[in-house]
Amino acid sequence: MTTTPYIQFFDGADEPRHDLLGGKCASLVALTQADMPVPPGFAITTASYDAFIAAAGIQDDIHVLLANLDADDVAEVDRVSAQLRFEIESRPVPAVVRADFVAAYHALQARFSEPVPVAVRSSATAEDLPDASFAGQQDTYLWLHGIDDVAEHIRRCWASLFTSRAITYRLKNNIPNEGLSMAVAVQKMVNARAAGVAITMDPTTGDRSKIVLESSYGLGELVVSGLVTPDNVTLDKVMLMVVKRVIGDKHAELVPDPANAGLVELEVSAARRGVLSISETEITAIAAIAKKAEKHFKCPQDIEWALDRDLPDGQNLLLLQSRPETVHSSRSSETRADAAAPAAGYGIESITRSLLVQAGKPTD
Amino acid sequence: MTEKSFPSPYDQAPAHGAEGWKELYAYNLVFQENRREVEEAKFWFCDSQHWPTVTKPFETIGFEFAVSCLGQYNTRHLLIPPANGIEFRIHNGYVFMSPVGVPEADIAPRVPEFMARAGHYFQNWETLLEQWQGKIRGTIDELGALNFAALPDKVDINDITSGKGTGPNNDLLAQYDELIALTYRAWQYHFEFLNLGYVAYLDFFSFCKEVFPGIPDQAVAKMVQGVDMELFRPDDELKKLAKLAIELGLTGLFGNTANPEQTLAGIADATGGAEWIAAWNEAKDPWFNFTVGNGFYAHDKYWIDHFELPLGYINDYIGRLEAGQTIDRPVAELVAERDRITEEYSELLSPEQLAAFEGKLGLARQVYPYVENHNFYIEHWTMGVFWRKARQLSAMLQEQGFWPDADGMFFLRRDEVREALFDYVTGWAVGAPAIGPSYWPEEVERRRAIVDALQSERPQPALNTPPAVITEPFTLMLWGITSDQIKNWLGDSDAPEGEFRGMAASSGVAEGPARVISSSDQLAEVQEGDILVAPVTAPSWGPIFGKIRATVTDIGGMMSHAAIVCREYGMPAVTGTGTASSQIVTGQWLRVDGNNGTVTVVEGHTHDLSLAGDAVGQLEQVLDGPLLEGSHA
Repeated sequence: MTTTPYIQFFDGADEPRHDLLGGKCASLVALTQADMPVPPGFAITTASYDAFIAAAGIQDDIHVLLANLDADDVAEVDRVSAQLRFEIESRPVPAVVRADFVAAYHALQARFSEPVPVAVRSSATAEDLPDASFAGQQDTYLWLHGIDDVAEHIRRCWASLFTSRAITYRLKNNIPNEGLSMAVAVQKMVNARAAGVAITMDPTTGDRSKIVLESSYGLGELVVSGLVTPDNVTLDKVMLMVVKRVIGDKHAELVPDPANAGLVELEVSAARRGVLSISETEITAIAAIAKKAEKHFKCPQDIEWALDRDLPDGQNLLLLQSRPETVHSSRSSETRADAAAPAAGYGIESITRSLLVQAGKPTD
Repeated sequence: MTEKSFPSPYDQAPAHGAEGWKELYAYNLVFQENRREVEEAKFWFCDSQHWPTVTKPFETIGFEFAVSCLGQYNTRHLLIPPANGIEFRIHNGYVFMSPVGVPEADIAPRVPEFMARAGHYFQNWETLLEQWQGKIRGTIDELGALNFAALPDKVDINDITSGKGTGPNNDLLAQYDELIALTYRAWQYHFEFLNLGYVAYLDFFSFCKEVFPGIPDQAVAKMVQGVDMELFRPDDELKKLAKLAIELGLTGLFGNTANPEQTLAGIADATGGAEWIAAWNEAKDPWFNFTVGNGFYAHDKYWIDHFELPLGYINDYIGRLEAGQTIDRPVAELVAERDRITEEYSELLSPEQLAAFEGKLGLARQVYPYVENHNFYIEHWTMGVFWRKARQLSAMLQEQGFWPDADGMFFLRRDEVREALFDYVTGWAVGAPAIGPSYWPEEVERRRAIVDALQSERPQPALNTPPAVITEPFTLMLWGITSDQIKNWLGDSDAPEGEFRGMAASSGVAEGPARVISSSDQLAEVQEGDILVAPVTAPSWGPIFGKIRATVTDIGGMMSHAAIVCREYGMPAVTGTGTASSQIVTGQWLRVDGNNGTVTVVEGHTHDLSLAGDAVGQLEQVLDGPLLEGSHA
């Protein structure tokens, strides 16, 4: 597993550099190095993208086209987006860049006894920052087989820097186009029996003593994109004990389709919809991993996880992503201040008050 | 929610053969016919945690003293603003309780009183507790000095020559009065600190619930609970003696547990035996004043009266040590876990919250050891002495022909015992036979039959209409009687077939075969790897906790003894399941989830065939016989 300027394996020894790997890949490298169960894979670094753009000679075109764009002119944004993406997807990848990711792809496949499908995901440098929740702005391609398919989707990931949504988002958030680059993750696909997310706080109250977990059948994409109502489980973070369970409807699941070597969305039977998609043991294991990620990164995390049906119990829980929880972390200090008010003090006065409150009597 | 009720005590016929049972008990303890309206307006729950079986007439002293002294401290000593005592009745032989609230208008005036009184105790906790030690040890010594010997044929000559002027009959009556008075005194001491321990705990508990909404009860318990309690000393002493036996090469000498005197003599004669016997003698008093029951029944066996019990446990420990097992409680791990939990919650608090958290936790930890340790001093030690003396008196009167069996006195109320005793001394004084021997034998047997008949039926979990919500702090803390629990009893539980829900009392998940234990006499049946299922457990069952994988009880909250002991032994426990011990059968494969408070019967698991006969026996016992330890052997 060689590391070149163009490639970095998740389990390589190099430090995760955000500018080289983008947010997603940097996080996957950091998680792997922290001994988290991350599915194996590698990053195609931003150096690959930079070399590709340089070789393609389209750097100036990009700047010119984006220079005076009006974010509200939808038709013009669409036109520019289509043109840029066409340019990227139709240019050849420089041989030296391609040779490295082809070698890395084969090195990844060589770890398994038979060919495994992979996911190709974009990993932008502007993505996943705590103050700019860019999640989902770039593309993810699942269940790809063979190097040609993978190579095709790597370019598509690069091109996804210029979807209409991404262009508009950057314009509206004043994110400059200079230095814009894109890394790509190539990762062994998880054959998920159930998957979802977990946040190491209660996002509805900001209570940091909780972990809230969402789970649904099949691959996690339907949960992440909000297309199903997942099961929702709240745990106490310190004890890892469940304090609340809400069974979600989870009407559909995304699963491998052997016939077409891809994925298919299936309806979930009423019986399976009526019960939790994961066991109590699995709930605890997922929460434990989320807690571990929070401890590693030293701030509340928002993780994506999956249970691989091809792996034995105890080894089947995989961590797909962990990023700082961006919505509530900034608000937590004010939540704390609120909660402090009624609970201050100790000794006989507070004991008396507790007794009265417990008995349902107003204290003043 | 549909408004469901429990039956009224006035609509429940006694078991067949138990007609007239009310006359066995004092008038104030039973539901009187002309008080129907008053009594039916109250909600009564059965305290089967402390009184799981029918109490014989003499045994009512346990709940009369315990529960009235609890009330006395709330109502008259501390003036706890929202809570008075707990009323108690006996119904069909079982004990029922009903908390007494404080009228709205009286609550505010009680606040300054409570703060002055309770505040003084919290401020002077260690000094007052040291004083308490002296008081209770003194009371136990006084109890121990009582002696109920038969009266001599003639007054001692020295009493004549010294001009004493009174006879031994006088002393005998006075000693009986002392027995009762000293025990009443001990029960007041019992509650001198206990209620305060609970309110300090409750304060920390409420704070945690406020800053960490939904925090598991168990988390709070684990932060407060200590690991080095006197309540665990008896078991720890057995472990020490087992290790010493190995060290001294005496391990082969413990096989004969049936004849403890012989076994001890054999050990004493062996090389190194003297050292072991010295250690045994040092340990046994006071630490073997430990009952396999709970201190409330005349038939409870105490280690110090039945050496076969501690010797058997020691033999067991020796076997496990020789098999390379660890017998010690995981004290270091428990401390590390307690510190980890405390630290992780602390980290989530603001500086102001942290100051309150640490202050409340500090107080809770200071007062908490009493909550556990008092149990050794009162229920085990004091009551052990009390029952030994009471049995001595009963046996003495048996010898005088008052009843045919040694336990006859326990079928009399304690005021009737005073009458019988006066009858005895009168007969002695006048030189004519006492009347008792021609009155009591028949009456005792009649009463025994009634008690047996009562025993054949289980009590209702509660009586009358429950309140919408349970708020009374002691009911919640001591008995684990929550609104959910009541829902469970009323059959409103949404638990699926084959699943039991209770309190997640001690964390962890375990699977194994069920071992249903209805009485402490069955403890020897417990095998390595079993899951203990029992109506209630006693702290003295410690020696078997090393063998089992998890515990399930019918009754008890987060602070019940099963919960405390399981947390100390680091094994899963689900308490307060309501009915698990009568529905689960020995040998069934169980999954106990102490994190979520669920017990699941795992169907289709291959049962160990050797258990099948046992299972049938258990089932028969459930269907036909008394479920719990009977009123007689």
